[in-house]
Parts: sequence; C-alpha cells; structure tokens
Amino acid sequence: MCGATTGGVSLEGVDVTKETVIQGVVHRDDAPLAGAYVRLLDATGEFTAEVPTSATGQFRFFAAPGTWTLRTLAPGAQPVDRAVVAEVGVTDVDVYVG
Amino acid sequence: MSRESSLVSADWVEQNLDNPKVVLVEVDEDTAAYDKNHIRGAVKVNWSTDLRDPVRRDFVNKEQFEALLGGLGISDDDTVVLYGGNNNWFAAYAYWYFKVYGHEDVRLLDGGRKIWELESRQLVDAVPSREATTYTAKNPDSSIRAFRDEVVAAIGAQNLVDVRSPDEYAGRLLAPAHLPQEVSQVPGHIPTAANVPWSKAANDDGTFRSDDELRALYGEAGVDFGKDTIAYCRIGERSSHTWFVLREILGIQNVKNYDGSWTEYGSLVGVPVAIGDEPGTA
Repeated sequence: MCGATTGGVSLEGVDVTKETVIQGVVHRDDAPLAGAYVRLLDATGEFTAEVPTSATGQFRFFAAPGTWTLRTLAPGAQPVDRAVVAEVGVTDVDVYVG
Repeated sequence: MSRESSLVSADWVEQNLDNPKVVLVEVDEDTAAYDKNHIRGAVKVNWSTDLRDPVRRDFVNKEQFEALLGGLGISDDDTVVLYGGNNNWFAAYAYWYFKVYGHEDVRLLDGGRKIWELESRQLVDAVPSREATTYTAKNPDSSIRAFRDEVVAAIGAQNLVDVRSPDEYAGRLLAPAHLPQEVSQVPGHIPTAANVPWSKAANDDGTFRSDDELRALYGEAGVDFGKDTIAYCRIGERSSHTWFVLREILGIQNVKNYDGSWTEYGSLVGVPVAIGDEPGTA
C-alpha cells in the first residue's frame, strides 16, 4: 500500500479514499512488459475485468475490498496467477512472467 | 446464422490481407489503440465519435452511417471483418450496429486483437488509403435492438440476460473493474435476469467457446430458447458480445441487445431493481 507507485501512471482525478485500486507492473527478464494481458478474477475465480499492459508494463483496476486473483497472459508464456487482498486505497502488485 | 458465417480465424485474416473485397475494421474501447498499431490494411472506427450521435444518446442516423462507411471506402458487398481489444467487446458492438443498418457480410475475427498479439502476428502503424465509396445502408432493423419499455415488459415474462460480472450484477461493483466506480446509477440488476457473464462465452485467449459449450452455458443458466431474449450490460457493448453468441453463432432468433443497458435502466425512476446474487422476482 502506498499513495503513488514508482513511476506509476498518475492517479490524478482518482479518489483513492473511495476507490479500491489494484495496480502494478508486469515484468519479464527484469524489464517491464508491454502488451501483456492482465485479468482480474473475483473470489470465486470468475472473470471481472481485463486490461493490456501499457508501454511501461503497467496495469490498473478499480475493484472492491476483498480477495482477487490477477491472471497474466503474455506471448510465449504460460498464464501466471497472483492472489491479491485489496482494501480501499491503492494496492501495488508486481507480476513476473517467464 | 452460424459460426461459419459470422467468424473468421486469425489464419483466415492473414490469408486475406490483400483480398480487395475484405475490409478489416478495428474498433477499440481505447480509441488510441489503432493509432499505435493495427493489422495491416485495417481502417479505424472510433465508437465514441463515429457511432454515437453527437448530441442525443443514440445511434448515428442512416445518412451519417452511410457517410462513415463511404468515407472508410467500404462497399455494400464487401466482407467486413471487425476486430478489437477487450475480447472484441466493441468490435461485437460494431458488428451488431452494422447488422442494425443491414450490412450483409460482417464477421468478427475470433479472438480479436488479443489473439493476434498473443500469437505475435504482424502489426503495423501505416494507415491505408482507401478510395471513398457511395455506401447505401438499409433502414434500421429494430428486431435486434431493445428499448427500455420492452425491457420492463420482459421482467418475469421473457429471458433477460445480464452479462456483467457477478459483482456488478449483485451490486457490489458499479462498473467493470478497469473503470472508476463512481457512477450515478443505482447498483443491482433487472429482476428475473439471469447472470451469464459474457466472459463465460470466451476462452482466456478471447476466442469463443464451442457451440456445445455455449448452448449448455445458457441452458444451464435457465435461458429458455423458446422465448424472446434481451441481453444487457452497462452500456451495451459486452451484451453485443452475448447477442453475437446467441444469434450469430448459435442461430437463435428473437434475441435483442439493449444498448441503453444499466446506465439507462439504473437511472430510471419507478422501475424494480434487484440486489444480490439471486435473480429476484417479478
């Protein structure tokens, strides 16, 4: 949890006292990975949303407090699942794909 | 309609990149995605400026649609292949829209932009120049578009399919989770609507599931194919994806898309709303 991510996309205009933001960076070989797809699955494993990563490997969701799973798809890699417990505010998550 | 007449594969698209009668059209929620790169030869449709009336909340009219397609160099007898991000949400919306205006041969690229990227197929930034045409649209086909009064009348009587995520259906989220949650509608769903998230109709790579899996999916959710069906979501693009599955892949008639969807219904005064994971009663 922190207010601003390292080199993160600006949260200007986002009310982080109300929103439950889950965001982070997808990495491969120690470098940010653009063009990966990150899916947000709810506590039952059901799809909730999906975003492609930015040129700097970043993704962001607006969820609700609770337990979520991030599933990351990238060219030439197996999907990677990462569990996240989110609260109101910003939760930062780094994802590493093979 | 069938899978064969409504979908094409990425391989088929590659084999037809230089086919003059095939026009690729990219439609994305992120309207800047095309400008970054796209499939060679593809033209862009911007859903927010090209497909919306500039003043009212409605479609562009027939003449505006004709001007749009003519300007893109699309002829009435061209095969239009739509694709885009978000697992083809907005491409499916455009597909439905092209069908409302009667374009004969429209297809979706199965898997959309995602499968193209995940398979590392070629993307370019060069924008093609196509000679303008004189396009003639048909009058809008109201048999595939639902308006609010028929949605209210369908409660407890016809199939209502809410294709949003379970958390949006129950009222725990107000918008898809890649968007901020501050919106003006009340949370919840239309009473008696079944919740069949659009995502259950797609594989992780964005391609559609098999016909048998799709038929089972809606059947098990209580959708009675003997009745009329109205699909809705938040703004009508995810429900276009489900409309496409039901009518174009499975060939089920009497399926409409409610493009007013939750942003309209959740703002109406005096209509019933259900909260929670159960459909609720009429």
